[in-house]
Amino acid sequence: MKKLLKTDLDTLFQAIASRQTLYIPVEDAGKQAAFIPYAPGLVMSTALNTARSAKDLFFPQVESLVNFRMDGKHIEIVSAEAEAKPFVLFGVRACDARSFDILDRVFYDAEPQDTFYARRRDLGTVVTLACSAPEETCFCTAFGIDPAEPAGDVSVWESGDSCLFRANTEKGEALLRDLPLEDASDGAADAAKDAIRKITDLLPLKDLDLTPFGAGKTQTFFDDPAWASLSESCVGCGTCTFVCPTCQCFDIRDFDGGKEIRRYRCWDSCMYSDFTQMSAGQPRPTQKERFRQRFMHKLVYYPDMHEGLFSCVGCGRCLQKCPIHMNIVKVIRTLGEETK
Amino acid sequence: MNDALIPQIGVVTQIRVETPDVKTFRVVGLDGKKPFEHIPGQCAMLSIPGVGEALFSITSSPTVEEYLEFSIKKCGCVTDWLHSMEEGQEVTIRGPYGNGFPVDTDFVGKDLLFVAGGIGLAPLHSVINYCRARREKYGTIDIVYGARSMADLVDYREILDEWSREEGVSVHLTIDNAQPEWDGHVGFVPNYVTELKPDTSKTVVMCGPPVMIKFTLSGLMELGFDRRNIYTTLELRMKCAVGRCGRCNIGSKFVCKDGPVFRLDELDELPNEY
Repeated sequence: MKKLLKTDLDTLFQAIASRQTLYIPVEDAGKQAAFIPYAPGLVMSTALNTARSAKDLFFPQVESLVNFRMDGKHIEIVSAEAEAKPFVLFGVRACDARSFDILDRVFYDAEPQDTFYARRRDLGTVVTLACSAPEETCFCTAFGIDPAEPAGDVSVWESGDSCLFRANTEKGEALLRDLPLEDASDGAADAAKDAIRKITDLLPLKDLDLTPFGAGKTQTFFDDPAWASLSESCVGCGTCTFVCPTCQCFDIRDFDGGKEIRRYRCWDSCMYSDFTQMSAGQPRPTQKERFRQRFMHKLVYYPDMHEGLFSCVGCGRCLQKCPIHMNIVKVIRTLGEETK
Repeated sequence: MNDALIPQIGVVTQIRVETPDVKTFRVVGLDGKKPFEHIPGQCAMLSIPGVGEALFSITSSPTVEEYLEFSIKKCGCVTDWLHSMEEGQEVTIRGPYGNGFPVDTDFVGKDLLFVAGGIGLAPLHSVINYCRARREKYGTIDIVYGARSMADLVDYREILDEWSREEGVSVHLTIDNAQPEWDGHVGFVPNYVTELKPDTSKTVVMCGPPVMIKFTLSGLMELGFDRRNIYTTLELRMKCAVGRCGRCNIGSKFVCKDGPVFRLDELDELPNEY
C-alpha cells in the first residue's frame, strides 16, 4: 500500500495529467458533480457521487460509429474512428465500479465484442475511492458491494490527513509505479474501512431483500397486478435510465451533415414509447409495459442472462432524480413483499 | 478490427415487383459476389445512410451462390426509400443475424408443412427453396399460402411455375375474397389449414400476421399437433441486431440473437410481450 498527504493530491493529479488524460469528479455551479478532464485549478468534488454515472467514459452518451459519403447511387464508407489515448478515471465509487462489470458482460465479453467500448475499457485505468460518507439513498450492500472495498485498478481510501492507495491490477501497478507516493503498511486502511462499515450498518436501505428476485423469476413477476399501480404515475421521462450506471440501451441514428452522413449511437430508454414502436405495432403499448421492462430487466432478465448478477448497483441516483419519486427500491419492496 | 455495427456496401442489381406493396431486391457485394453466407431464417440489416437501417429476412436460399435477395413490404421510412430506388443503387448491408431454422438437424427426414400469410412468405421462401434444393433430406412438403387478393400473393410466378410442378411438393393457395380470375381456394389461411386436415406428424413452419398465427395455432392444437413440432419466426424493432441495444427482448431472450426462429414450446416459456 502507498500513501500521500491529502494536501498533495493536486500534485498527484498534475503528475498523472502530465502523462495521460485524467478525469476527476468536479462540481458545476449547480453543485452537480461530473467527471471532467483535470486542469490545474480544478478541485475534486467531495460529493458522494457524480450526478451522471461514470459509464459515460466507456459508453458515452453519443458516439460516432461510421460516416458515409453519398454520390448518386454510390456510397462510400468513411471511418469515424477517433484517436484514442490512455486515460485515468479517478474517484469512482464502489457502485459505479461494479457497473463496469455489468456493462462489460454486454459490450466487452459478448460475442461479437463491442470494439468501441472495448477500446476505451482497455485504455482506461479506473481508480476507485472508498465512500467515507454513504448516504441514505445508498443500497449497494444489497448487491454484495462493499463501499469500503471498492474494485477498480487502484483503490483509494481517505484516512486522517492521508490518502491510501492499493493497486489491484497490473494496470493499477503501472500507474502507481511512477507517482510520488510513500510506502504504507498493508493494514493502513483498516481503520478507514471499519469507519465506513459502521456507517453502512446504519443505512436505512441496507436490509433491502433481493432474494425473491433473480434468474428464473419471469413467471413469478411478469403478470403481477402491482405493475399497474407502480407504473401509474411514471411520466416516461427516462431520467432513471440516463443517470443509471448500468442502463445500456442505445439507438443508432443517421445525421445528414450535407457533405457526410454521420451514423452515431446514443443512449436510449426503454421508458420511451417509440423505443419498440414498429410500423406493424407495438409490443409495449403503455407505460406499464415499459416500466415493467426496465425493472424486470434489472432484476430478472439480466440475471437470467448473466449467472444471476443483478443489473443494479444500488447507487441511489434514480431515487434522487425521479420526478415522481418512483424507484427500484419501491419496486423491490412491493413485489418482493408479495412473494412472502 | 471493424465493429459488428459497421456495415459493408452492397449493390442492388435487380428489383422485381411482386405485389402492389412488395418488391424483391437482389443484393451483391461491391466485388459482385454474395455478401455473406447464411442459414435459412436468418436476417440482415439493410440501410440507406441518412434514412435509416432496418432488419429484413433473407428471402433467397443459401443454395443460391451468387446473391442475397430480400422481399420487402413498403410500410415505413426505410422500406419507402427502398421501394423508390432504382437498380444499381448501393445500400449498406450487415449480417447474417439470428439462429435460423434447424434445416440440417430437426427438419431432416420430416414431412414439412409451411403456413404463410402475406409478406410472411418472405422468411419461409428461403427455407422452402433450401429444402427443395436438398429434396432427398426431407419428406413431403406442403405449402399453405394466403393473401388478401391474387395480386398480393408474393412469388406468385415462382409458386406456379416451379413449386406447384415439383413432385412431393403440394401448394395450397388461398385468397381472402373471391375474384373473377381466381379459380382456387377462397378463405382465410387458418380455416384452410384445418380443412386440409394435415397429419399431426408433420413439422410446421409458420409466418404471417399475428391474427393468422393465433387462429392457425388453435386449429393445429385441435388437430392434435405437438407444440414441439411447430416453428415460427418473429420480428421486433431492432437497432444493433447483436443483442446490445436492448429493445428486441421478450423476457430474457433477444429476438435478434436467440431468435428470430422459435419453437412453440420455447415461446410458451416466454412472457406474452411480442
